[in-house]
Amino acid sequence: MTSLRYAEALNRALREEMTRDPMVWLFGEDIATYGGVFKVTKDLLGEFGPGRVRDTPISEQTLTAMAVTAAMAGTRPVLEIMYADFLPLSIDALVNQAGVFDYIWGGQVSIPMVLRTQGGGGAGAGAQHSKSLDAFVAHIPGLKVVAPATPADAYGLLKAAIRDPNPVIVLEHKLLYNLRGEVPEDGGLIEIGRARTAREGRDVSIFATSRMVHLSLEAAEKLAAEGIEAEVIDLRSLRPLDVGAIVASVAKTHHAVVVNEGWRFCGYGAELSATIMEQAFDDLDAPVERVGAMDVAIPYSEPLEKTVLPDVEAIMAAVRRARR
Amino acid sequence: MPDPSLANAPSIEEHLEIFRKMVVVRRLEEALREMHRQGKTRGPIHCCDGQEAVGVAATAMLRPTDLLTSTHRGHANYVGKGLSTRAIVAEIFGRATGCCGGRAGHMLVADIDHGLIGGNAIVGAGIPAATGMAAAIQLKKLDDVAMCIFGDGAAQTGICHEAMNIAALWALPVVFVLEHNAYGLTVAAEKQSSIETLSVRAAGYGMPGVTIDGNDAVVVYRTIADAVARARRGEGPSLVECRTYRMTGFSTSDMGGYQSADEMAAWADKDPIRRTWDVLAAEVGAARLDALTAEAEAEVRDAFETALSDPFPVFEPHPASNPHSVALS
Repeated sequence: MTSLRYAEALNRALREEMTRDPMVWLFGEDIATYGGVFKVTKDLLGEFGPGRVRDTPISEQTLTAMAVTAAMAGTRPVLEIMYADFLPLSIDALVNQAGVFDYIWGGQVSIPMVLRTQGGGGAGAGAQHSKSLDAFVAHIPGLKVVAPATPADAYGLLKAAIRDPNPVIVLEHKLLYNLRGEVPEDGGLIEIGRARTAREGRDVSIFATSRMVHLSLEAAEKLAAEGIEAEVIDLRSLRPLDVGAIVASVAKTHHAVVVNEGWRFCGYGAELSATIMEQAFDDLDAPVERVGAMDVAIPYSEPLEKTVLPDVEAIMAAVRRARR
Repeated sequence: MPDPSLANAPSIEEHLEIFRKMVVVRRLEEALREMHRQGKTRGPIHCCDGQEAVGVAATAMLRPTDLLTSTHRGHANYVGKGLSTRAIVAEIFGRATGCCGGRAGHMLVADIDHGLIGGNAIVGAGIPAATGMAAAIQLKKLDDVAMCIFGDGAAQTGICHEAMNIAALWALPVVFVLEHNAYGLTVAAEKQSSIETLSVRAAGYGMPGVTIDGNDAVVVYRTIADAVARARRGEGPSLVECRTYRMTGFSTSDMGGYQSADEMAAWADKDPIRRTWDVLAAEVGAARLDALTAEAEAEVRDAFETALSDPFPVFEPHPASNPHSVALS
């Protein structure tokens, strides 16, 4: 095990996969000479050269469409979209191209592309640089979507994403890049579609994604002082969803809280809530509680942003409601 | 500028094959329109009647490994790139024997073995698609090319600008073939752009651009062959604007009323199949062309007869490409 920051773990995953497979290449805005605005691609230009690490013009629509067909044509492109807020520019290429052609063309092509991006609020980046648009991409058949919460998962899920024959969206979080954690030395691939139990508990299950996992763990520690033992499940993969892990946890605790940083209305939490109702209704002793961002553009001023985004207190309040 | 030299002219055999394929496309579309009138087609059908020289001659010099992106109006590209007429017709009628097993329909046909990947019904989407394929070709150090055939409507999209900028910037092996048929759906080209000659835009990307008579199959072949050769040499993309005209409406649902009779009559006089006939008849005689026409007609007739008696597909989930929210074992 090595202690790495989340951004370093991603960087190591990219380096190892590029070393292993000469068809893996990176492109995106500011990723080559500058090493990425969050330094995830630091030093890779020097190691792999300008053919495989490419700075691009500001052209997200075309870059995403190019990733789709460069993958069809036999390479493994890893595209960085600097902010998840820019995903709407990528959406046509995802919903009308990437998710379509493996199935519609009867398996004649596979699309082993990776789109890395980062979202989330809390950094004062304003309404167009702070969103979690998880539901936008998780809605699309044909895509896989992962959201690592720890350096080990960032490393293992990115490597698995690069090797996957399907388009995979990797949702990183801007406030996690400096998070330090242990990363295994042994290659450490993590199967896409498996949740992780971040904390065991008997009284309530908190199903969380990305940075919300850490807030949920903090909430769970505080709730323990009130005598409530919360289980925290880090979903890791938004699509495919590890329904088995969800059902098993609800069968144990009989109470469920879902936590996703995106907007609540039609958000990813709504899918989780519906899945629990469909698959684990008989095990529930109370309605599912849902925590997410308020349905409003993310404001800039710190007290406003804190009000709009889900926090530890909101998760604790939801758990108490679920346990009432 | 692509300089159509005699060295790039099609051989007689290639020219005859272009003629035969154009006839296949024409008869295929005539049959589709007749089937539509009888209520036997499903969804809209977009015909390239009058434009066949672009789709067929522009692809005539391509290898099977050269990659082509097409449009929602791609019949000539499908036939030009060498797909079986039967597989095309079966796909259009949603049969299991179609080149995509009936999942794609007439607008999204693809056949990886022939390098057609593929039709696309999001206007303009083929432009970055070909550019991405060209990036893969460059990374793999192959001398294949990617070709994008797109319309004057697609030329007005934002992704057209983005993709051409990147293609030229990275000197990608891509050939942009602008099939200018004068209308984007019902809106005339002059109501979509302030310039008449769209190929001048190439200068803004630092790539060669030229406008040619898209209803002259030999001119199309020679000009495109030059652009393809340039791309194979690693010298980057070109833009070739082929001026042509859509004779039968944007689709089978077109109710008309926006094309003038004079305009249509003038373009009818420039019919690419008749012009090719005239040139070839002087070379090989009418009997050879009659025989080729009969061969093409028989191929289309057989394709319809076989395809229409082929089975429909049965829905099967595609677990590898369609991850869904169920428990993993």
